Amino acid sequence: MNIVWLQSGGCSGCTMSLLCAEQPDLLTLSNMQGWRWRYFPSLSPQLPDGLPGLLAEVEREDWPLDVLCLEGAVVTGPDETGAFHVAAGMEESMRDVVLRFVARARYVVAVGSCAAFGGITAASPNPSGAIGLQYRHQMSGGVLAADFRSRSGLPVINIAGCPVHPDWVTETLLLLQQGALREDDLDPLNRPRFYADKLVHHGCSRNEYYEYKASAEHLGELGCMMEHLGCMGTLAHADCNQRSWNGHGCCTEAGYPCVDCTAPTFGARRHAYQETPKLGGIPVGLPTDMPKAWFIAPSSLAKAATPERLKKNATAKRPKVPPEVKEIKL
Amino acid sequence: MSRRIKVGPFNRVEGDLEVQLEVQDGVVRSAWVNSTLFRGFEWLLAGRPATDALVYAPRICGICSVSQSVAAAAALSQAAGVTPPPSGQSAINLMLACENAADHLTHFYLFFMPDFTVEAYEDRSWHEAVARQFTPMTGEALPHVLQARAQWLHILGLLGGHWPHTLAIQPGGTTRVLQRSEITRLQVMIGQFERFLQQRLTGGMPLETVLAMQTLEELRDGLPDGDLKRFLWLCDDLDLWHVGRTPGRLFSYGNYPQPEGKRVFPSGVWMSGQRRQLNTQAITEDIHHARYRGTSGAPWQARVEPDAYKAEAYSFCKAPRLEGEVFECGALARQVMAGEPLMDELVQTYGSSVATRVLGRLWELMRLPALMQDWVDRLDPNEDWNSPWETRLSGHGLGLVEAARGGLLHWVEVEKGVIRHYEIIAPTTWNFSPRDGAGQPGPLEQALVGLEVDEDVVRAPMVQHVVRSFDPCMVCTVH
Repeated sequence: MNIVWLQSGGCSGCTMSLLCAEQPDLLTLSNMQGWRWRYFPSLSPQLPDGLPGLLAEVEREDWPLDVLCLEGAVVTGPDETGAFHVAAGMEESMRDVVLRFVARARYVVAVGSCAAFGGITAASPNPSGAIGLQYRHQMSGGVLAADFRSRSGLPVINIAGCPVHPDWVTETLLLLQQGALREDDLDPLNRPRFYADKLVHHGCSRNEYYEYKASAEHLGELGCMMEHLGCMGTLAHADCNQRSWNGHGCCTEAGYPCVDCTAPTFGARRHAYQETPKLGGIPVGLPTDMPKAWFIAPSSLAKAATPERLKKNATAKRPKVPPEVKEIKL
Repeated sequence: MSRRIKVGPFNRVEGDLEVQLEVQDGVVRSAWVNSTLFRGFEWLLAGRPATDALVYAPRICGICSVSQSVAAAAALSQAAGVTPPPSGQSAINLMLACENAADHLTHFYLFFMPDFTVEAYEDRSWHEAVARQFTPMTGEALPHVLQARAQWLHILGLLGGHWPHTLAIQPGGTTRVLQRSEITRLQVMIGQFERFLQQRLTGGMPLETVLAMQTLEELRDGLPDGDLKRFLWLCDDLDLWHVGRTPGRLFSYGNYPQPEGKRVFPSGVWMSGQRRQLNTQAITEDIHHARYRGTSGAPWQARVEPDAYKAEAYSFCKAPRLEGEVFECGALARQVMAGEPLMDELVQTYGSSVATRVLGRLWELMRLPALMQDWVDRLDPNEDWNSPWETRLSGHGLGLVEAARGGLLHWVEVEKGVIRHYEIIAPTTWNFSPRDGAGQPGPLEQALVGLEVDEDVVRAPMVQHVVRSFDPCMVCTVH
């Protein structure tokens, strides 16, 4: 499987995250699977004839371009010229170079929220004119039209995340190699369902606090961060609390709120990320699938029924009250 | 006859870079370094809540993401008048050191050494051994390095949730308090990495034994066969000690504050063979040849707009200067300021060159695990790791930190909790700066001059060594 990985308006953080892949590491995996990285900026040898040489090989179809990965947003500024990112060693904008590769690719993969939706790079006032490959934040249609399909018939596969989890990338590539990723395996935002049909809330170690609405008031406290600290975990599509990051962690585990970095609105949000916007004391962003009235009733009930242990621990930085050891009659 | 040649993109460099060389009689006479991408983080931070800086800043760079967080948090803590408690500061130091060490490791094994495996060096005595270890994608050392790197970054998983882009680093400290059992786990992770370095890099010699050596002679004679020894061999064989020299003016902001306020690696300036105090008030940015219009100068005065078509400009990188002079930064500068005898010998004898810059980085890599064990010992699971601060603050702050590649500056002005102005000067902005108003070329532009290149300039390995010896990060540069 031939893979070309290009970078534009981004931070290289998705590459750096991918290099953290474990069991096995990325090179061992590539070797086992016969992945041929024709170009991967961080690892591959110097291109003998630069990007133009690589592009010529692709356009002559010397070898099939199975997967084109783009990391970083497509830069279109100023005034749609693309001059804010001219491809190094060429006279052409990186946008146009990316589009020429896209035209030959069997699958097109947007790695990270910048490439998928524009992400942080496209945050207002979007000085570089950054947009996603097939999305402009939540609007369908980016530098590629909403009805774009690559040679395989699939739209751009959006591995959204800031950064991506290494496994999201490697598992997507494995599925593509096996021809096992079809259109209905992608969610409405074209994110692979294997990780995007889960919520960050699933498996969150603060779930018990959530159930009883025992909330943290400051960062670093143990309680649920949804009520006061802007946590989007109940809305955010990702499996961060089921698949650990860097061996141990994830955002909520490390004491800070989920910022919903897999969403097309990441970077475009108007309120502070570490505060919960509220209307009449009720968080505006209710958990996904939950009717408002239904949320208010059980949460007041839950608050009234909060066990002492959770109430005390929620605003503590380390557990004050341990769970009781219950005697079980045999 | 002279000719101008464009080289780029450079692989194993973060982000997009293009270099133009004017070559006459097989020698580089002049160089122009071009950062071809504009991103504009300073514009997107203005008008946002102060706390959002902590979400946006790490995304400036996925390689030195923690450094960006630490700089943003430091700028805000100065503005808010808050100091992290000792355990919070130690946790921040640990995360920063973990990232710096990971960057040094990645640079040496994945970015720098693979350049010596090319065909041009086939007749060299060291080529076979080096090619076996470091050939891009297939070298024997590479999977081991990736595994060690991934395990090393578990430290950031534990302390910060994940890497890159952690929000755990806050102006008042860190949001994750470890329990005693997790602190012991940290000690083990650091120890494991130390063993890895000892096995691969120093050929089995304990790091402290290597670090006790005070001269290059001692190092050459005393090191057992390992990757560090191999590196010295090829530096001697290709005389990389004298290749890619800059004027050798170094600066460092210093790194890793201690609870008592001093930094473990002190700040300072090194020029004309002497160490001096750093005056941060004398830092300015020049935009004569950068694609921006407006007022530049000190970070707190700068008000510019991008202009992709500015006639006399050739890069989106600005030209930072200290007291109007060209300065460079990085691990070599830090270790010189730290008074390491070997580093002193290196800069006195060779100045800043391909070999000394890379050895400076490896030296720091070997020093970090022991320092980290000290910080782990200071972590107190029973103390507060994060102090509260007023997020609706008004004021301004300067955050100075050393990322792997050198000095990183964040300047923030906040009014009632809203960011009014933000300025960033990244390490590679110094090292890969274009010419300034006085016509002085930046450090890399000077380092490339005098390089002997054959007909095939685009593939000339020496150009690659010089560029990569700075461990450039272009995405930061053009934040």
